[in-house]
Amino acid sequence: MNNNTLSNGIRFIILVLVQVLICNHIQFLGYINPYIYVLFILLYPLKNENRALFLFLAFFMGFCVDTFSDSGGIHAAASLCIAYIRPLVLRFSFGSAYEYQTLKISNTNLGQRFMYLFIMILTHHIILFSLEIFSFTHILLTLKKALLSGAFTLLLCFLFIPLFRTKNQ
Amino acid sequence: MQNIINFFLKNRYFFLFLVLLSFSLFLTIQSHNYHRSKFIHSANWVTGGIYETASNISDYFGLKKHNLRLIEENKRLRALLFNRDNAPLDSLPADSILIPENPGFVIRDAAVIKNSFSAPKNYLTIDQGEGDGIAQDMGVITSDGIVGIIDNTSAHYATVQSVLNTLTRINAQLKNTNHFGTLQWDGKSPSIVQLVDIARIAPLQTGDTIITGGMSTIFPKGIPIGTIKGFALDVSENYYIINVQLFNDMTNLGHVYVIENTNKEEILELEQSVNE
Repeated sequence: MNNNTLSNGIRFIILVLVQVLICNHIQFLGYINPYIYVLFILLYPLKNENRALFLFLAFFMGFCVDTFSDSGGIHAAASLCIAYIRPLVLRFSFGSAYEYQTLKISNTNLGQRFMYLFIMILTHHIILFSLEIFSFTHILLTLKKALLSGAFTLLLCFLFIPLFRTKNQ
Repeated sequence: MQNIINFFLKNRYFFLFLVLLSFSLFLTIQSHNYHRSKFIHSANWVTGGIYETASNISDYFGLKKHNLRLIEENKRLRALLFNRDNAPLDSLPADSILIPENPGFVIRDAAVIKNSFSAPKNYLTIDQGEGDGIAQDMGVITSDGIVGIIDNTSAHYATVQSVLNTLTRINAQLKNTNHFGTLQWDGKSPSIVQLVDIARIAPLQTGDTIITGGMSTIFPKGIPIGTIKGFALDVSENYYIINVQLFNDMTNLGHVYVIENTNKEEILELEQSVNE
C-alpha cells in the first residue's frame, strides 16, 4: 500500500514536470503538443481504488498543469472528466476482465489497450481544446487540434507504458 | 429525509465530480476575462522557481546568440550617440550619459523563464516581480520590438500577457503618418498580428513600418512593432484590417526590458476627471 502510494506520488511529480518542461515546448508544426500527463489517470491502479481520492488526484493533476501553463482550469476539467468516465470506458474496452478485477493494463492485448487509450485520450483532448478555444465558430479548428494532438499523445503513451511497469504487477 | 440523504450518499461521486467540474469551469471562464484571478498563475514561487531553474540550465545553450544580439543593439545605440547633431565627441552633453532625476519612463531588465505562443491566450513568465519594482500594466519590449504587458505579479516573478493573446489590445500607429489603430491577434500565426481601426483615408503600402502609438500609458511612442504584410477593408468598408509581420521573433525570447511610465497616475487621474 505504502509502496504503491509512493510510486504514484513520484509518477505524479515526474509527469507534471515532463509535461510542463518538455512536452509543452514541442509545438510540432506550430500547434501539436502531446499531453502526456494523462498517463497518470490512464494507469492509476485499478485494484481497490478509492474513487473520491482518484477524482481529486485527477483534478489536482490538471490543476498543476494549468498553473504552470496559465490556462485557467481547462486541464483540470478535462482530466476530471476522463477520471469520472474511466470505469465505463474500462468496462467497454476490456469487458469481463475488468469486472473480475483481474485486469492489468500492461498485460492486455494490443487491440483492447488501443481502444481504451484512444477513447480516453480523444475525450480528454476534445474537452481540453473546446474549453481552450471556447467558441462554436472554431469547431473545425478544435477538432483538428484534438485529433492531431491526440494522435501524438497516443503514440507517446504506447511508448511510455512499458516504462511505468512496476515489479509487483 | 432519509431518502434524500440516501440519494446523496448513493450519488456522492457524481456530486464530487460536479463540484470539482464547476470549480474548474469557473477558473476557465475567469481566464477568458481580461483581469484574471490572483491565485492561479505561473508567477507563484513553486512554478516560478521550477521555470527559473530550467531556464538557468537551457540559457547556457543560447549565450552566444544573446551576446550577438546585445552587440548588435550596442552598435545601434552607439551609432545613435555618436551621430547626435554631429556634436564633437569630447564634449557629450551631460544628459546623454546621466539618467535625469525624473525620467518619464524607467527601464528594467528581466529574463523570460517561460514562453508560450501556440495557445489562443499566451502568457510569458519573467524572473522579476514586485520586489524588483514590477507592477501590473507595465509594457514589456525587447531590442527588436514589443512583447506584451505585465499581467500578474508575485514577489519575485511576473506573468506577461503576450501580444499573441486574443485579449490583448495595444495602441499602434503608422510610422509615416499619425493614423492610429488597435493591435490585436487572431490566434493563427505567431509572427503575424492584426492592426484594426485604421481609417480608410490612411495611405498604406505593403512594407510600411508600424510603431506603438503613445496614446496609452503603457508604451512610450515609437517602439517598433512590425511591417505591413497585407491589408483589406473590413465589413463596414471604412476601416482597414492590416496584417502586421512582427519584428520580434516571439518564439525565441531571451532577455526583455520592462517599461514603467512614471507619469501614468497623473495621466490616468486627469483622464478620470474628464470622464466624470
